[in-house]
Amino acid sequence: MKFERYGIGIAKGLRVTFKHLFRRPVTVQYPEQKLHMSRRIRGNELIWDKDKCTGCATCAKTCPQGVIQVITSVDAVENKYVVEKFEVDTGYCISCGLCIEACPYEALYMGYAYERAKYRREDVIQTNEQLLPSADRLRSGYMYPEIAAQLPRQTLLLERITEEEE
Amino acid sequence: MTLKTEPFVLNVGPQHPSTHGVFRMRATLDGEVVVDIEPIFGYLHRGIEKLAEERTYTGVIPLTDRLDYLSSMANNLGYCLAVEKLAGIPVPERAQYIRVIMAELQRIASHLIAVGAFLNDCGAFMTPIVYMIREREKILDLFDMVCGQRLTYNYMRPGGVSQEIPDEFLPALDKFLKQMPGWIDEYDQLLKENEILLARSKGVGTLSQELAISISASGPVLRGSGIKWDIRRADPYSIYERFEFDIPTGTVGDCYDRYRVRVEEMRQSLRILEQARQQIPGGEFRSKVPHLIRPPVGETYAHIEAPKGELGFYLVSDNSIAPYRCHVRAPSLLNVTALRDLMIGWKIADLILIFGSMDICMGEIDR
Amino acid sequence: MMIFNPDPSSVRQMPTLAPDWPGGFWWHWLLFTVIIIAFVLLLVMGYIWLERRAMGRMQARLGPNRAGPFGLLQPVADALKVMLKEDIVPVNADKIVHLLAPIIAFAPVLIIFAVVPFANGALLADLNIGIVFVVAISSISTLGVFMAGWGSSNKYSLLGAMRNVASVVSYEIPVVLSIAGVVLITGSLSMNQIVLAQEIPFILLQPLGFLIFFIGGCAEINRSPFDLLEADSEIVAGFHTEYSGMKFAMFYLVEYAEALVISALITTLFLGGWRGPILPPWLWFLVKVMVVFFVMVWTRTTLPRVRIDQLMALAWKFLFPLALLNLFITGIEILAWPTAIAWLIPVNIAVMVILVLLWSKLFKLGWGRVEV
Ligand code: SF4
Ligand code: SF4
Repeated sequence: MKFERYGIGIAKGLRVTFKHLFRRPVTVQYPEQKLHMSRRIRGNELIWDKDKCTGCATCAKTCPQGVIQVITSVDAVENKYVVEKFEVDTGYCISCGLCIEACPYEALYMGYAYERAKYRREDVIQTNEQLLPSADRLRSGYMYPEIAAQLPRQTLLLERITEEEE
Repeated sequence: MTLKTEPFVLNVGPQHPSTHGVFRMRATLDGEVVVDIEPIFGYLHRGIEKLAEERTYTGVIPLTDRLDYLSSMANNLGYCLAVEKLAGIPVPERAQYIRVIMAELQRIASHLIAVGAFLNDCGAFMTPIVYMIREREKILDLFDMVCGQRLTYNYMRPGGVSQEIPDEFLPALDKFLKQMPGWIDEYDQLLKENEILLARSKGVGTLSQELAISISASGPVLRGSGIKWDIRRADPYSIYERFEFDIPTGTVGDCYDRYRVRVEEMRQSLRILEQARQQIPGGEFRSKVPHLIRPPVGETYAHIEAPKGELGFYLVSDNSIAPYRCHVRAPSLLNVTALRDLMIGWKIADLILIFGSMDICMGEIDR
Repeated sequence: MMIFNPDPSSVRQMPTLAPDWPGGFWWHWLLFTVIIIAFVLLLVMGYIWLERRAMGRMQARLGPNRAGPFGLLQPVADALKVMLKEDIVPVNADKIVHLLAPIIAFAPVLIIFAVVPFANGALLADLNIGIVFVVAISSISTLGVFMAGWGSSNKYSLLGAMRNVASVVSYEIPVVLSIAGVVLITGSLSMNQIVLAQEIPFILLQPLGFLIFFIGGCAEINRSPFDLLEADSEIVAGFHTEYSGMKFAMFYLVEYAEALVISALITTLFLGGWRGPILPPWLWFLVKVMVVFFVMVWTRTTLPRVRIDQLMALAWKFLFPLALLNLFITGIEILAWPTAIAWLIPVNIAVMVILVLLWSKLFKLGWGRVEV
């Protein structure tokens, strides 16, 4: 090959990198700086509404990983199922959200939090009370637009970088 | 006097900075020149095809996310098309448009990684890939917005998509469409005409048309060799026949051509996105589909133009809730079969370059 | 403006140091050795910091910013970390060679600084063959690198080491030839005299020589785009793949110390060394060295890597003939017009442009079978 362009291509490239020297870096300094996650984030926990759940186990049947276990007993007086045990092995959960989609009684939600790493393996298996919503276990708006509307707006990289291209 | 020399075997991979996953090439070298090469794969085998046989039709979708994890949306689309074909599920108009938008965004995202990784393999120390990942991040933000995940989307369903796109999606898409062409131009300035890149990639790893066809290559690898074959045109699926776009092709089929084809395809994808954005109608995002799909007995094959090539799903149904057989025609796997022919006679540095220009994804090859 | 004529009274003097210190020579030696080593190590750390920060910013990142203000202590933290690491020696390694390699690579780089003038006369030894000394010593590092490649009994290391030897052997020639141009003008081999002779920086008088020296120097110390010996995307980490702990740190230091050497040489030979208005000489020296290094970082951020045969072709077909021509033209100029050189500046620049364009036309790469 011939150097027919006499280094013009190289010069162009150098110009681009030099221009970037004066642009705003995109790095987010994570533990101090946190972005707002998507309103529909499928965080790494499941949130279960005990009162709404009827124990139908549709979620357990839908789960492709088979990580939901629902054990019920029959309440003959009120003519309904009582959920004895609702257990999710979040270690095997792939956060696909199919269970949330499937639940006919809107009793299951994805969590909004994403910092739910556990130190011990047994902590990963969550049962009954551990799955209930609370102040720091916010529900995400996945499949629930009304919850999504209350969550803060997602930070977009598109909007964070404001320079227009030349 | 002649020096006694002997070829030696070099294992490139499975742990190597440039094998894009756990690919292994057993290269026999004569000095720096490659005299023989044997691609070895299978390190990432997860048995996805077998797993699919014991999942419900919907439950397979998360598995397809994990095939080519750089283009999960396209995999979702391909699989859902196959199920729809098998079970005769109609797809509402709006869902079709949402799907096209997602698939094209995914193509841009995947090509950004492909191009960035290719340039990184050329030795441009991290710069291109960092820039390209930044652009990809913007697309991932959009995906995150609609489906809550950044990599394994699990967004499409037989009969549509899982949820309506949120209100802030379309304005954000507009913003993206406005910014992106400028960024692509800038990346072209960065390295398109760079003499070193030209010297490195022009004429290197030329894939002839005959070879490309005989190994049934597809996607940018095939088009780089100058064959105008794009399933979006050749066998339009979804609603692609409504859009205007060109099929960029290369001339000789060397690494540079494949790289250029990808960049041009990004531009064409932006064109499609532009049109889809304008035409997108209101209406339903998913047709009524039973919770457990039971397609009639039969078999079907649906293919799409995934970012890496022709992605096909072959499904056999025995009228149960799970596929009897699910086979994936993975574009990377077939493209990678050309490696030996392309690499022999070149140097180690070219070996990496040629490998990078094929843009493979191990998740798809090993399944 | 005139070519520097060596004035016998100024050749052998050390203005900054009182000659009658107790112990005389030994004090001088000790003081300068300590200062130079400390200075070099500090500057190398500065380099590492500069490279990572500047590169980060050019790549739209922040770069290291946690340790100390602006991440200034990052190299210190790195050094500490690397020293605490386990030292792993491969089972099949040639143990002695493996151990000696980093030392042999490291020592010569430090020795070179003995003759680099940081200010007028501020150098350990004002050898009258200074520049020849530099050329001779700098190649020894290659031996260390090759020992590392051979001793680790790793194929990647061996490939990297082979590449290094090939590139150093080839690039030494154009580099030396371009230095010869400078020496012709100065009429002295002493580094200090070369700086003293630069009424105007030699980059203007020797633009082609500067270009050749810069490219050749980058290739010799394996800075991108010629970083073939540790091409991370091809041969993992090249010759130091099998090194860890302190030995790895040594190689890391060598890499940056070599970059420091080349930028110090460029500063001394072409940019007027420590000379400059207003600021103190040592500061000028630092600033110039940093600017040169910044250009290296800049090219590293932007350019892809060349292939080994292209590297060789560039040395022998592009730089070598140009360096010869440059020497020839300089010689003629000095013979014909030994005094008036102000008007030679535009002439020389024009000559450079014409020659580079001409050679670009003639240049062939990739076994001639590639056409763009
Ligand atoms: S998110 Fe998916 S994997 Fe997790 S419990 Fe629900 S259905 Fe199962
Ligand atoms: S599908 Fe919903 S209602 Fe039924 S068991 Fe699961 S959480 Fe409870």
